[in-house]
Amino acid sequence: MNNSLGREIFANSRPFVSANAFLKEKRRLIPEKPTSATVRFYDDLETAFRDLAIKDGMTLSFHHHLRSGDNVLNMVASLIAKYAIKDLHLAPSSIFPEYKLSDLILNHQIRNITTNYLNGPVAKTIAGGQLQGTLLMHTHGGRARAIESGDLAIDVAFLACPAVDRQGNGSGAFGINACGTLGYAESDLKYAKKVVLVTDTLVDELSMWQFDHKYVDMVVKVPSIGDAGGIVSGTTRITRDPIGLKIAQDTAELVRELGVIKNGFSMQTGAGGTSLAVADAIGKIMQTQNITGAFASGGITGYFVEMLGKGLFQKLYDVQCFDLAAVESFRTNPAHIAISASKYGNPFETSPVVDDLDLVILGAAEVDLSFNVNVTTDSFGNIIGGSGGHADTAHGAKLAIITSTLAKARIPLIKSEVRTITTPGSDIDAIVTERGIAINPNRGDLLERLKGTSLKIMRIEELMDLQHRLGGIPKELPKTNAAVGYVEYRDGTIIDTIYRTG
Amino acid sequence: MRSFLFVPGNNPSMVQNADVFPADAVIFDLEDSVHVAEKDNARRLLRDYLTSHPSLPQKVAIRINAMDTPYYKADLEALVADEIDYIVLPKATVTTTQKLGSDLFALEQKRELNKHIDIIPIVELAASLVEVCKIAATSRVVAILFGAEDYCAEMEIKRTLAGEALFFPRSQIAVACRANGIIAIDTPFTDVADDEALLKDCHNGALLGMTAKAAIHPRQVGAINEAYSPAQDQIDWAKKVVKAEKEASSKGLGVFSLDGKMIDKPVIERARKTLAKAKQYNLAGQDDE
Amino acid sequence: MKIGIAGSLESNDVLVTVRECEKLVIDIHSIVDLLFHDQIEKVVRDTLQELGIENVEVRLQDKGALDYTIRARLITAIQRMEAQP
Repeated sequence: MNNSLGREIFANSRPFVSANAFLKEKRRLIPEKPTSATVRFYDDLETAFRDLAIKDGMTLSFHHHLRSGDNVLNMVASLIAKYAIKDLHLAPSSIFPEYKLSDLILNHQIRNITTNYLNGPVAKTIAGGQLQGTLLMHTHGGRARAIESGDLAIDVAFLACPAVDRQGNGSGAFGINACGTLGYAESDLKYAKKVVLVTDTLVDELSMWQFDHKYVDMVVKVPSIGDAGGIVSGTTRITRDPIGLKIAQDTAELVRELGVIKNGFSMQTGAGGTSLAVADAIGKIMQTQNITGAFASGGITGYFVEMLGKGLFQKLYDVQCFDLAAVESFRTNPAHIAISASKYGNPFETSPVVDDLDLVILGAAEVDLSFNVNVTTDSFGNIIGGSGGHADTAHGAKLAIITSTLAKARIPLIKSEVRTITTPGSDIDAIVTERGIAINPNRGDLLERLKGTSLKIMRIEELMDLQHRLGGIPKELPKTNAAVGYVEYRDGTIIDTIYRTG
Repeated sequence: MRSFLFVPGNNPSMVQNADVFPADAVIFDLEDSVHVAEKDNARRLLRDYLTSHPSLPQKVAIRINAMDTPYYKADLEALVADEIDYIVLPKATVTTTQKLGSDLFALEQKRELNKHIDIIPIVELAASLVEVCKIAATSRVVAILFGAEDYCAEMEIKRTLAGEALFFPRSQIAVACRANGIIAIDTPFTDVADDEALLKDCHNGALLGMTAKAAIHPRQVGAINEAYSPAQDQIDWAKKVVKAEKEASSKGLGVFSLDGKMIDKPVIERARKTLAKAKQYNLAGQDDE
Repeated sequence: MKIGIAGSLESNDVLVTVRECEKLVIDIHSIVDLLFHDQIEKVVRDTLQELGIENVEVRLQDKGALDYTIRARLITAIQRMEAQP
C-alpha cells in the first residue's frame, strides 16, 4: 500500500494523507491514570523492579532529558537482562549512543522499539535488521499524541528525576544531576499504568515541580541517575566553519528580507552550530533595530538564555534544556517556562507552541525536489536521528527554513527522492545552502517578496544541477526490500518505511 | 574592489568553496600557507581546480613565491592561464615587479592567452616603501597590497590596534596608489576571532585612503565590504548633491548651496565618485535619475 | 622500489600512493565509495592514460575529494615517484 507521497507502507497502518488531515479528526483521550493513594519509596531499584512484576511483552517507557549522561535506562536494562524478561516493547523518547540496549535486542528481550530519535550502536543494530519486531519513530508532538490516545499504551514509565520531595513530587531543576525541564515525560507521567521516579536527590520540600505526586506510584533512590555533564550534547556552540557561517548569514538576510524580524515575533532553531549562528545573526539584527521578540522555543541552549537576558525575547518555552546554562536559567528565571511535549507539538492540543512560531530553522540530511526532508537516515540508509520536533515545528511555524551545505565531503544534499521522508515538503518553505536558496514554489508570496533582493534565489532543480556539476552525479543506491521500521507523522499516520541497510 | 580573500592553495575544502563568499577577488596562496614540501602539490591542485571547477570566484589572483625562491618560476609556469586575473608578488621591488611583467608577457605570448594578467605587488620591505611610487607606476600594476607583518618585523616595531605604527606606510601607499589611479589594499587583520577589532582596523586603513583590504578568513569579508563601501548616509548625500548640481547647471550656476553649505567642483566630484562606487556594489538602490 | 605519495586525509582531500608495478592495480578506499566508486576509478584511469602510464599500483584513501582533486593528487604522486633516483 502506498501513502499520498507514494511511499510504500505496511498493509494495516493508516497512510499519511496530508499535513493538515488531522484537522478533520477529533482528539482521542484515554483517561489519565487513577491517582494512587500512597507513593512507595525504595532505596534500591532492583527491589522496586521485582515489586513491579514486569512481565514478558510489556511496554516500558523512559525520557531522554539526561541525554548522553543518562544512567536510568542502562540500570533498568541490566535488570531486564538479569530477570530474563522477554519480548519487551521499549519506548524511550530518544536513544543515545550511550544507551546499552543492543544485547537485549540481539537476544530478543526487546522485541519492539518506539522512539523519536536514535543514533549510535542501537541505531546500527536496528538498521542492520536485528530487531525482531518493529521500530516505530514518532515526532515529539506525535509521541504525546500517541500516549494520550492510547496508541502507545505504557505499562511502566521509569522516569529519571533529578530531585524528588517527601510527597513524591519531582523536579528537574534541582539536585546534583539537574537537567532542567522534563517536558518529554509529562505524557508518560499522566498516562502510564505505573510511574516510577528514579532519583539520586531526595529533599524535604520542593519550591516547584513538574511531576505531581498524584501520578507517582514509586520513588526509587539510587546512588546516581547519571552525569549532568552528559546533557551538554556537544552541539551547542556557534559554528566556526566558514561555510556554516555563510549559510547562517544568508539565512538571517533571507529572514530579514521576508520581514519576519519585528516586535513580537517568535522563533526556534536547533542546537546545531549553524542553527546557533543563525540565531546569533538574527540576534544582531534585533539588537541594531531595537526589536523584542515574543518568545523562542524548543530545546533551549545557553545562547537563547543570553538572548533572553539581553531582552531580545520576552519568554523562553522550553521542552528540553540542551546545556547547563539553560538548566540554571530555567531554575532561576520565571520567564524561562517549561512546557510538555504535548503543549509543544501535539497537533491535537488547542494551541500548541509550534503553531505560534513565526520562524523555525531546521537541518536536513537530504532534501528532494518536492522539498521533502530526511533527518532519519543518511544517504546510505543508516539511521542517524529522527524527527524529534522537526515535523512538528515545520508544520506549525509560518516560515520553515532548512539550512545545510549543498555537499559535505561530496555527499549531496538534494536528491530526486529522499531515502526516508521525515517531514513532508508541503511544510518546508525554503532551503538555504552556501550556493543558493530554493523557495518552495507553493510559496509564491515569498518569491514575490524576494524579487529584486541580492539573495541568490534558484529553483531547487537548478540547485541540484549545480550540485551535480560540482560534485558529480551519485549512483542511486537501491533500498533492500526488508522493512525494519516506520516513520509516523505527528497525526499518527505512516509517512515512510525504514529499510534494512544493504 | 574592496575585499581580497586569501585562500590556502593546498587545502581542497577551502579551494573548492572559495567562490561562495562575497569577496571581490580571491587570492589563492602558494607562499606562506603552503609548506615547502607541498609547493608542487598546491600548484597542481590549483591548476586543475581552475581549469575544471564549474564556478570560480569573480576575480582570481595567485600569490606566487618571491622571485628569490626556487619556486617562483615553477609557480608561473604552472598557473599562468586564462583563468587568472592577477599575480600577487611578495617582497616586490621596482626591479622584481618589472621582471615579473616581462616574464608574464613571455608566457602570455607563448601560450597565446586571450588576456593580459595584471600584477599586485606586495609592499612589505622598507626598501619597497621608499620606491612605492615607482612600483605603483610600473606597467601591469593595478593594485598594491600592504604587508604589515613583514614590514613591522623588519622595522622592529610593534603593530597595535590603534595603528600608529602603520600610519606612515599606509599613507605612503595610499598616496602612491591614488596618484597612479590604482587600488590600495590594506594589510590583513590577523586576529580572525575579533570582529570589533577588525572593524577598527578597517577604519584605520580607510581613514588614510586605503581603498580595499585583504582578508585571511572568509568571516572577515562581510565587515571589509561594509567598511570599504560608501555608507548609506553618504550615498543619500551624494544623490542629493548630484541632483542639485543638475538643477543648478540648468540654471547656468557653477557654484550653489545645499542645506546651507557651498557646493563647488571638488565636492561634486566626491559625490559622483561615491555614487559610482555605490552602483558598482549594488548599493545605490532604485535609480531615481 | 619507487614510491610517490601526495594529498592528505583531510575532508575533501585524498591521499594517493603510487608504486612501480608490472601491472595496473587500482585500489580505492573512499567514504563515498557506494556513491562514486565508478567515477573515481574513471578519473584514475583517464589520468593515467593521459600520462601514458599503463602499469602502476595506485592506492587511494579518499575523504570525498572532487574529481580534479583526485586527478591533481594522482599526477603529483606520480611526478614525485618519477623524480626519485
